[in-house]
Amino acid sequence: MSHRALISAGSLFALPALAGLLIFVAIPFLLAIGLSFTNLRLGSPLPLEFVGLTQFVRLFADDAFTRALWNNLLFTSVVVPVQTLLALGLALLLNQPLKGRALFRTLFFMPVVFPLALVSVVWILIYAPGPDGMLNSFLQLITLGHWQPRDFLHDPWLALPAIMLTSIWQGAGFQMVILLAGLQGIPEELYEAARIDGAGRWQRFWFITLPQLRNTLIFVMLVTTILAFRLFEQVQIMTRGGPRHATTTIMYEAVQAAFSRQQVAKGAAITVIFFLVVLLVTLLQRRVARQERL
Amino acid sequence: MTWHRLLTVGMSYAALLLLAVLFVSPILLMVVGSLKPEARVLVEAGSLKAFLPGEWDLRNYRDVFARVAFGRYLFNSLFITGMVVLAGVVVNSLAGYAFARLAWRGRKLLFALVLAILILPLEAIAVPLFYQVTLFGWRDTYLVQIVPFVANAFSIYLFYTFFLGLPRELEEAARLDGAGMLRTFLIIIVPNSKPVFATVAILNFLMQWGVFLWPLMVTSGEAVRPLPLAIATFYTLPPLQWGDIFAFGVMMVLPILLVFLFFQRWFIRGVVATGLKG
Repeated sequence: MSHRALISAGSLFALPALAGLLIFVAIPFLLAIGLSFTNLRLGSPLPLEFVGLTQFVRLFADDAFTRALWNNLLFTSVVVPVQTLLALGLALLLNQPLKGRALFRTLFFMPVVFPLALVSVVWILIYAPGPDGMLNSFLQLITLGHWQPRDFLHDPWLALPAIMLTSIWQGAGFQMVILLAGLQGIPEELYEAARIDGAGRWQRFWFITLPQLRNTLIFVMLVTTILAFRLFEQVQIMTRGGPRHATTTIMYEAVQAAFSRQQVAKGAAITVIFFLVVLLVTLLQRRVARQERL
Repeated sequence: MTWHRLLTVGMSYAALLLLAVLFVSPILLMVVGSLKPEARVLVEAGSLKAFLPGEWDLRNYRDVFARVAFGRYLFNSLFITGMVVLAGVVVNSLAGYAFARLAWRGRKLLFALVLAILILPLEAIAVPLFYQVTLFGWRDTYLVQIVPFVANAFSIYLFYTFFLGLPRELEEAARLDGAGMLRTFLIIIVPNSKPVFATVAILNFLMQWGVFLWPLMVTSGEAVRPLPLAIATFYTLPPLQWGDIFAFGVMMVLPILLVFLFFQRWFIRGVVATGLKG
């Protein structure tokens, strides 16, 4: 087979996918960068102009946007560690030779197959205000009646934590399956050798399980971080960003700007910031991962 | 079994049971609620009765069909998801194979770009993409919900890592027999890669089935809208009937739950075998 034939076959195989990514991801992204430097607003009488960094400067003076940025950071810094720990706990529990573990695994994974839009609506009922609300009465039960019923989704302090809880419930099962696969990939000999050396349960966990699971954990946390920054559906359906921007997010602001207020350039600028934030987090996480390996 | 071991097992089961109850109760609330008369759903949500149907009542299910064109939405979801998954598996596996196993100019640079695109989610490009597809005249079509999502950087990456791990002898034997590249791929690589195909297909199915933001932006009528958008009909248009919402939810999740239960074993094998576990 000639060398030239190899070249063309390889690129032909990749062509459809590369064309799709170019047309529907790369070009729109470049377009977003371009638009973010303009003043484009649909229906506006002003002519289209290049306005440099004006959109970005305005964004950082915009209370709703800075609150969105902050909410995303807060959401990510709570959900990623809590969800990962929960998933790790579930995976460790299920990595034992117990009867019925396939059933438990299926049960924990089940929320993952629920579309977020549906999950959000179901949890609205769980968070229903008043003493008859499901979560309210559950909390009253376990605090022996000391809990004062709250309106979770309209409380500026509780609305974001409520969305966090919903998201953790929905996402933990997915992480669990991946971590379980990672756990099962750890060679059994390592544990046997450690047992012969007299290592206890905790020692085996710290010195074998965790280091062996490291790459899986990093991967899982990275994916969860990116998903956390994309937070949108729960906000759109459960709170519409309220009360008073308490649950607004970057994506929610972008969609609001571009579609509810026709501020295309502003929406594009938010998009660009969103990408930069995710890029930064990804690089940071990779950096940390690499350093720990040394 | 020593008493120590017995204690560990006992505590593990206790923890698993408690967690399982917490994980399943929202789902149970929905399923049981869908079978109750509307008047009892809210009233009983605060007690254990939330999980006991009492008398079964299928009126909510009948209401769903009366309030929205459920069949239409279901067809739309199945069609859109099916097309994205099928076309995606073909297109992305070919690309993953090209990146993992074939030698061609520009391979390394293009693969780096694919990895960069990995962290660029749809939401980040939704706004300009919206104007782009409007320009194409694709608003309110199936096309606009399928074509942009066929090529998927994450799927390419999963196929790539799996194909990298396959022994080279497989292809060499086929090539000695005179099989061309596409033939080698179809008769040697594909049959040996079922786990990764299952994993990619299930992941894409999950993501596509729940898609919400994009169809909300690019469609307006129920003619081409998928199931997740129909929830809004129940939630925003009065009367707010929780029983109806729950019945709708059960019917919406059932197909995907069946798909998952059916392919679960393959999916988990695929997670083990692909780059998913890092």
